[in-house]
Amino acid sequence: MKVAVVRFPGANCDQDALWSLRDDLCLSAEYVWHEDTSLAGFDAVILPGGFTYGDYLRCGAIAARAPIMAEVARFALEGRFVIGVCNGFQVLCEAGLLPGALLLNQNQKFLCQDVYLRAENRTSPWTEGVDHILRIPIAHGEGRYVCDDLTLARLASEDRIAFRYVDAEGRQTEESNPNGSVDSIAGVLNDAGNVLGMMPHPERATRKLLGSDDGRQILAALCRVTV
Amino acid sequence: MNRMAAITPEVYSSMGLNDFEYERIVSLLGREPTITELGMFSVMWSEHCGYKYSRPVLALFKKYKEAMEGEGHENAGVVDIGDGWGVTMKVESHNHPSAVEPYQGAATGVGGIIRDILTMGARPIAALNSLRFGPIVPDGTTPDAVVRRNRYLFEHVVAGIAGYGNCVGVPTVGGEVNFHPRYSGNPLVNAMCVGMLRLDEITTAAAQGDGNPVIYIGSATGKDGIHGASFASKKLKDDAVEDRPNVQIGDPFAEKLLIEGTLEALKTGAIVAIQDMGAAGLTCSTVEMSSKGGVGMEIDLDKVPMRESDMSAYELMLSESQERMLAVAEKGREQEVLDVFRKWGLKAEVIGYVNEQGETTVRRNGEVAASLDATFLTDHCPTYVPPFEVPGYHLAAQRFVLDRIPDADSHQSLLTLLAAPNIASKRWVYQQYDQQVQTQTVVLPGHGDAAVVAPRGTTKGLALTLDGNARHVYLHPYVGGLRAVCEAARNVACVGARPVAVTDGLNYGNPQRPHVYWQFKESVLGIAEACEVMDTPVISGNVSFYNESDLGEVLPTPLIGMLGVLERADRAVGHRVYGGLQLGVIEVPLPEDPQAGLGGSEYLAAVHGIEDGLPTAPDVQGEKRLCKSLIQLIERGVIAGAHDVSDGGIAVALAEIAVSSSIGIVAKLPTEGRRDEAFYSEAPGRVIVAFDREVGDEIAEFVRESELRWWELGATVAFSDVLEIDGVRWSLSELVDAFEGSIPRAMA
Repeated sequence: MKVAVVRFPGANCDQDALWSLRDDLCLSAEYVWHEDTSLAGFDAVILPGGFTYGDYLRCGAIAARAPIMAEVARFALEGRFVIGVCNGFQVLCEAGLLPGALLLNQNQKFLCQDVYLRAENRTSPWTEGVDHILRIPIAHGEGRYVCDDLTLARLASEDRIAFRYVDAEGRQTEESNPNGSVDSIAGVLNDAGNVLGMMPHPERATRKLLGSDDGRQILAALCRVTV
Repeated sequence: MNRMAAITPEVYSSMGLNDFEYERIVSLLGREPTITELGMFSVMWSEHCGYKYSRPVLALFKKYKEAMEGEGHENAGVVDIGDGWGVTMKVESHNHPSAVEPYQGAATGVGGIIRDILTMGARPIAALNSLRFGPIVPDGTTPDAVVRRNRYLFEHVVAGIAGYGNCVGVPTVGGEVNFHPRYSGNPLVNAMCVGMLRLDEITTAAAQGDGNPVIYIGSATGKDGIHGASFASKKLKDDAVEDRPNVQIGDPFAEKLLIEGTLEALKTGAIVAIQDMGAAGLTCSTVEMSSKGGVGMEIDLDKVPMRESDMSAYELMLSESQERMLAVAEKGREQEVLDVFRKWGLKAEVIGYVNEQGETTVRRNGEVAASLDATFLTDHCPTYVPPFEVPGYHLAAQRFVLDRIPDADSHQSLLTLLAAPNIASKRWVYQQYDQQVQTQTVVLPGHGDAAVVAPRGTTKGLALTLDGNARHVYLHPYVGGLRAVCEAARNVACVGARPVAVTDGLNYGNPQRPHVYWQFKESVLGIAEACEVMDTPVISGNVSFYNESDLGEVLPTPLIGMLGVLERADRAVGHRVYGGLQLGVIEVPLPEDPQAGLGGSEYLAAVHGIEDGLPTAPDVQGEKRLCKSLIQLIERGVIAGAHDVSDGGIAVALAEIAVSSSIGIVAKLPTEGRRDEAFYSEAPGRVIVAFDREVGDEIAEFVRESELRWWELGATVAFSDVLEIDGVRWSLSELVDAFEGSIPRAMA
């Protein structure tokens, strides 16, 4: 089992993802350069957070067109594990691998804080068996998830809403929705459940020393992959 | 040589040079300078680069003096924390650019200090900042338009720091914000960066090796920021908006590439020396690298990547375009270096070579635009010791008596203090900063008295703080300087770290004013003496003078950036605690203060509108014992949380513990006279600690053995939402509303 951590210029959570997978989950993980065209030898891929290409266009728009993304799309279609965190989620949306888009936070400001997540789907490949409530940090300026009504209805009926922002007791309230996402959506799955995009950073919460290790539960899905 | 432009007194004085300085230039060169050379002298001999008013006073800092005298210059800024790891840190101000263009001014300040750390060969792992603005809520005297402008500056400076720091991937782990009418018109923006490196991989800025190629790296050079360093060395005018072309635009994406590219390029081993092109751009980097290596350089400006092709030698040498660096590589290995930077999408060009015998020569279009001995620029800047005078306000403050101040209503005064923007929660600010990228932050802003970072590859932790109390320094610069160091040391000790080194950010008005020069030299003396006792050398720093506008000069604002080391990062404590614990106070015994610790206090300012009196002098030896005791107790694991008593006294410290922990507290103070004295005294050397009942005797005994005073304060109460001090009660919700609501309300 080997995880590819894609390195885009301007990504800044690539190192964190690598450390988290290697040091805290004891997985084998390597960087893959954005200009590479092959993921041969890898079994899963993570698109880390950051500001790819400075995000000077739309967030994630340029990275979605990087040479490596054709391989990421192939991975997704083949049912292999793909996760995009924060900017990586934006890249997956821009690449058409997940529905919807991420806009400027409702308060127009970058927000770095801990949030509570309610796992809505606990049976998909990515979310099987995770706790009902997780505490994981967010750090983004453009994390307000939006999609059209039809897509929203489909996501709900197909059980593809992975996480919602809630309060410590698990209630979905206006105050517990940090960025104004539609229906408090924090993360979504593709139809097969093997592609997960989420704004909160599980790789920042894989050791107690950093305040929470709830992120382990999500990334631990990779430990279940049989090669 | 091109001598087209005639150099008249008007020309050099418009560049900030006086007659005496111009004469010195002519005598050093043995001829008239070219216009490019004159420009180079003007930036290198500005206060910002040449430290002409501060150098004699900075010699009070021992490490600085040693570095100036030659020995260990390069390593002076690195602290050995063991296990082969070194830590480097520095503060830099970006006050004038931020006054004119707050977003870009603040952003490029962050970028500059990150590159300073990077060029030591260190990975930047943490950023902090200290901000000063005029009032953001009406105070009865500040005009509404000025209050609105202050809010605008505050909002956009924070956004600039966030925009740059978040993108570049360096966590902003701490800092402070303060407001005072004296900063209206001239805000202070000081950024600090901390880096980690292997001690055997420290890089140098000293150019070496005849014929070694000189490589330009990073963004192209444009016509922006020409004379920025000189701009920083004069008073801000009312029409400062016209100075906007002096402000540079930041590109954090380019900086991020520069960080990764540089660290990867250094690994090739082909880089001999490297330096940031910061203030004074190509001039500073070529000249300082030559001077440090005792060599010359031949530079062909035609090879410099340019944003506009018609740039003159003068413009190229003085531009302060951002995200650029200069490196010297081993002859024959330049391609390895160029390849790494180009892989990261950066421009990298050989623009010249080292000339061991010669001068530093700069050509443009084949013509020599400047040719001189680099040491003229670096070592011959004149220094001045201007006259000083003790201002009347300081003498009046000595005579201040408390008797005429009424003892305020305790319930309301605490709420007033918690809502005062200086004390109120800065969550609105730090939420905009990514505090956690790099996944090493253990104690976050608002959770402890210092940030704690746990670098990978070691079990040690770094405690970091940047802070200063300008009101104290204003009223008594020497005591203010002592106290600034003591408080910073106490802050890192409160999380369990041993204070080890200081970087300072020294911000003042015009040093040619006698009272300003007095404030400067007295406060530096206090800092230097306290650092000596604390055994925390000043390893780096920055001086910013001329912080004044038509609205007046700033309070003297020296800032102390303190590094503390925890032997084990996982032992760190904060001030968020749970219910059912005992609270006690560890205190340095002090002689009785006739002004009862209220001189220069936030209480007098926020509740009574008075800024008078003297801050209580600290006992620095006692403070050192206090830090030592705290560290040992935290290492033993008997302390669950600790919080320094500072602005707003014990009552504010208790409220902060209650609010950040969401618990109740019942406390009893040893009140004898005035209640405001017991509640709000800012007497130094006091720390509140939380502990389990069973270890109370152990702590008390240990503290007394350290010749410190110990007294029991009260207890934390789970499932309670009441803070009770000496029978006065507040609900948590009213405390939260005052403390957390104040700044968001002001900025809504």
